[in-house]
Amino acid sequence: MNVSPAVAPYLESFRERRPALPGGSLPWLRQIREAAIAQFRDRGFPGPRDEDWKYTRTAPLERQPFRAATGDPEDAADADVARCAGRVPAGCCRLVFVDGRLSRAHSAFEDPGDGVVVTAMRDALERPPEALRRHFGRYAGREGFPFAALNTAFADDGAFIHLQRRASTPHPVHLLFLSTGREPDVVSHPRVLVIAEVASRALVVEHYAGVGAGSRCFNNAVTEVVLESGACVEHYKVQLEGESTYHIASIEVQQAENSHFTSHLTSLGGRLVRHDINVRMAAPHARCDLQGLYLASGRQHMDFHTRIDHLEPGCTSNEVYKGVLDGRARGVFNGRVLVHPDAQKSDAHQANDNLLLSPHVEIDTKPQLEIHADDVKCSHGATVGQLDESMLFYLRARGIEERSARALLTFGFLEQMLETVPISWLRESLEHGIAGRLPGAADLPGLGDREEATS
Amino acid sequence: MLQIADLHVRVDGKEILKGVDLEVSAGEVHAIMGPNGSGKSTLAHVLAGREGYEVTRGEVRYEGRDLLALAAEERACAGVFLAFQYPVELPGVNNTYFLRAALNAMRRHRGEEEISAMAFMKLVRERLRVLHMDQALLKRPVNVGFSGGEKKRNEIFQMAVLEPRLAILDETDSGLDIDALRDVASGVNALRSAERAMVLVTHYQRLLSHVAPDFVHVLNDGRIVKSGDHKLALHLEEYGYAGVGEEAALS
Ligand SMILES: Nc1ncnc2c1ncn2[C@@H]1O[C@H](COP(=O)(O)OP(=O)(O)O)[C@@H](O)[C@H]1O
Ligand SMILES: [Mg+2]
Repeated sequence: MNVSPAVAPYLESFRERRPALPGGSLPWLRQIREAAIAQFRDRGFPGPRDEDWKYTRTAPLERQPFRAATGDPEDAADADVARCAGRVPAGCCRLVFVDGRLSRAHSAFEDPGDGVVVTAMRDALERPPEALRRHFGRYAGREGFPFAALNTAFADDGAFIHLQRRASTPHPVHLLFLSTGREPDVVSHPRVLVIAEVASRALVVEHYAGVGAGSRCFNNAVTEVVLESGACVEHYKVQLEGESTYHIASIEVQQAENSHFTSHLTSLGGRLVRHDINVRMAAPHARCDLQGLYLASGRQHMDFHTRIDHLEPGCTSNEVYKGVLDGRARGVFNGRVLVHPDAQKSDAHQANDNLLLSPHVEIDTKPQLEIHADDVKCSHGATVGQLDESMLFYLRARGIEERSARALLTFGFLEQMLETVPISWLRESLEHGIAGRLPGAADLPGLGDREEATS
Repeated sequence: MLQIADLHVRVDGKEILKGVDLEVSAGEVHAIMGPNGSGKSTLAHVLAGREGYEVTRGEVRYEGRDLLALAAEERACAGVFLAFQYPVELPGVNNTYFLRAALNAMRRHRGEEEISAMAFMKLVRERLRVLHMDQALLKRPVNVGFSGGEKKRNEIFQMAVLEPRLAILDETDSGLDIDALRDVASGVNALRSAERAMVLVTHYQRLLSHVAPDFVHVLNDGRIVKSGDHKLALHLEEYGYAGVGEEAALS
């Protein structure tokens, strides 16, 4: 069979690393990995004819093969970890990954709560509990998304979070993935599986950061979330790597009756970024909220593909994405909501608002509603605009110079997506992250410093 | 302090101000009254530096400087304050942060140090008390979800914190209930001083019964057609604007 030159190195690497991958001796896992690499081999990287990848070309990823890091994850500098982690309070269960591999020294496996198990994915795959075996790889790897298959084939670390009936996480579980850029062309395949049993409640922060400018790296992440009936999972994803990072990730969610899934995604970093979120509300009265905010400048490219399936009656979905594009940035929003024939009494709302700060940016936004039931309440819409002149004048009439006024309004535009974030340290680091990336914010000291603003 | 001479202004090619003359000295309070559409807000906006207004004739001097040559933020830093007829909502912009940024911009402009967080909060609490304003409003985004009265109070609160030298209040009294009107009036009165001037644009004599103006002017169709003292406001209240223009034209 003909394999493209871009794919071949990954097949070879798989043959080499296969025996050493966690769970290498387990037939069921081997089978999953073999099937995944076969899928990647057959499918290859997305091509120009792939409708889902029309605006996001992965050619820069294909030019050079990426490989696993060889450095010791424990070697990461404490200061780098501390700087990237933000003000995480003591008592939080935190797993730190350096170029894809767990650093035990930097992690704190604090008690995650009664009935809550947090394990490094590597350990979980070596000695898989029954629940992991039941769910691992079941949701990821749809047709048309070869990167998830690539992740499944190579997955060697990440986190397994399992909440038993009625269990809850007292603090958010913080998963910090650091890209050091200290070796060239490093790929990591972070893998997260969250299983929330009946009526459990989980708060998870999946956080990607870059230590410095560094060399090219590729984070190819997959997260699977399973909610049993009445479970409630809030998933916060923060994506702040440096400008030479490629970040391609999918979040796959399976929801049972009366469960509530919240995804909150902040995308500020990376060079070429693609996030896919797929939610299947497979039982009645499930609810999901997808919230996203992004700020892209320079030559950053950010692509958000979401799909929400209303499969059963009485489910509610609410999606709001707000983004700012500056410089020569490129943004893509493609949000599909599918209301299936049985899904009467569905309630589905979707909005994507974009603020363009430069004439050289490009945005392709496409909210899509596909309704196959008749008794539903649905709405969708997209806006693309500039800063409001009357708001600018209001600020200038209060002595704030135009550049700062623009920064403040841009901050405000995104801040609206943070107002509901209940984790204060997270909200603060996101506010700082946004403020630090706004041109003109230099004259706005303390912007994003909530304590100072309201004490 | 402020000299407006023969000011002609066009908006979208249409002449709105057709030769306004007005002199305001430090320590004075002037009221500008006039029917809807007579150009009161246009005058206020031109003084504050809003773009989109074309000055075709005349000049405005403020403390000896050509006011019209300054950008909006420079005017604010020089002490000109406009309380907006329709205060603008700023989603996601924290009210306290906004006010502190404004105050610090002005202090920087004057070569002063930025105010400390503590001194700022002390000042804010003091000013809030005069206005009977709910402190919770400080933690909210600027004007978002504020009632009409809360928005107007917020304007006066900003004025009280920023302590301008020339305050122009554009219909701050419109749509206020009695209590709010009294609070706004006491905010204005608290700021009256020999170094400061105020221009109150209003429709009604209500506010003027709380804040006694030194001069009252009637703006009609882009011109000041009559000027007088407090009694003119009372006259207008009773008889309306009809006739005021003609009388001026005759004289
Ligand atoms: N942006 C604008 N474009 C066109 N006409 C305007 C604009 N703003 C104000 N006008 C017109 O200018 C006139 C004066 O308006 P304004 O100054 O708001 O009056 P006032 O405040 O006295 O009610 C009105 O006829 C109004 O319609
Ligand atoms: Mg007006």
